[in-house]
Amino acid sequence: MAESGKIDPMHQFAIEPLFGTDHLSLGGFNIAFTNSALYMVLAAVVLWIFVIGGMKRELVPGRWQMAVEYMTGFIKNLLIANIGDKGRKYIPYVFSLFMFILLANLLGMLPLGLVGLHPFTFTSHFTATGVLAIMSFSIVLIVGFAKHGFHFFSLFIPHGTPALMIPPLFLIELVSFMVRPFSLGLRLFVAMTAGHVLLKVLAGFVINSANASPALGLTVGTASFILMIGISALEMLVAVIQAYVFALLTSVYLNDAENLH
Amino acid sequence: MPQIAQIAETYSSQIFWLLLTFGFVFFVIGLGMVPKVQGTADARDAKISGDLDAAKAAFARADEAEADYRVRDAQSRAAAQATLVQAKAQAAKASETRLAAADAEVAAKIAAAEARIKAASDAALAEIETVAADAARDMVARIAGVQASDDAARNAVKAALAHG
Repeated sequence: MAESGKIDPMHQFAIEPLFGTDHLSLGGFNIAFTNSALYMVLAAVVLWIFVIGGMKRELVPGRWQMAVEYMTGFIKNLLIANIGDKGRKYIPYVFSLFMFILLANLLGMLPLGLVGLHPFTFTSHFTATGVLAIMSFSIVLIVGFAKHGFHFFSLFIPHGTPALMIPPLFLIELVSFMVRPFSLGLRLFVAMTAGHVLLKVLAGFVINSANASPALGLTVGTASFILMIGISALEMLVAVIQAYVFALLTSVYLNDAENLH
Repeated sequence: MPQIAQIAETYSSQIFWLLLTFGFVFFVIGLGMVPKVQGTADARDAKISGDLDAAKAAFARADEAEADYRVRDAQSRAAAQATLVQAKAQAAKASETRLAAADAEVAAKIAAAEARIKAASDAALAEIETVAADAARDMVARIAGVQASDDAARNAVKAALAHG
């Protein structure tokens, strides 16, 4: 059992400064260029390249342009379905959010360990997902108060509430509203962390059982490996779904800000 | 869990790089490029729906033209029918008048021929009377030796002829 100590399923989430930028700082805060930052930059660059391919602006699109237009059209439909025609102005933000999270999730799934690199999923860090969640929540607050002023608080009082029930309901609705950024950020963080931990634990089973004995390797190891294949496919789905959920909830919250109830 | 264990030393770097990269994504890609991509898609959708509308309008015009054609076809058929009926009536009338004219001519010719026959038979009768009167007078002169007058002989012949 001494061998199993070597495989730490949590090590994949460790942040390490790269290129000797450990002490890079800005205004007293450390801003080291870490493996996490590298994957943020990668996600941004891959997204940039992807969208550049959609900039041909041809009347009859090629495959790449079609793919990019499909994604923007998908976000447009999502926003119009949730907010109505006023939702169009949020296409740039929600598209950026969705594609950035999607690419972060998918790039973190790349089997780069095969060539000795360490893939990193920055959406498995609540410092990153929290920033995205607070950003969405701030936009909701800014739009809500700019559009409706203090009338925005009527969001916390459902229609037809008896006067007596208004104070407790207001409180409950306020709490549920204030929880939104946490649920938004934590959901993504938890989903990505759990999936990656599960995969690493199973990978540990494969390695440790094979090291223990050939019989264990063939039984437990093979079973774990088959399970890993299935869970990897599931994780691809989760990567897409979590990005979609983040974009969907953002658009639902924006609908509250835009249209109240 | 490194997410919690490392938070103190990494949070500032995480937030900084996330804001930097997401800022790039939002301002350059989201605001700079996505509206153009979406604009292209919207323009295409507009063109397709415009073309479809035009096709629909052309279809409606074709239907209209066909209905118009049918109406005019029916009209000209009716007109042709009317002309035909009129022509038939005219032809019938014309042949009737010609037939009547021919009838009249034939009747006139028959009448003329009958008149000629009557005249010829009258003339023949008169000749027979004259010859008979002459013969009667000769007979009277030979038998009785009396010169009978022309009128008397003629009356006698007439009476004999009338009696058959």
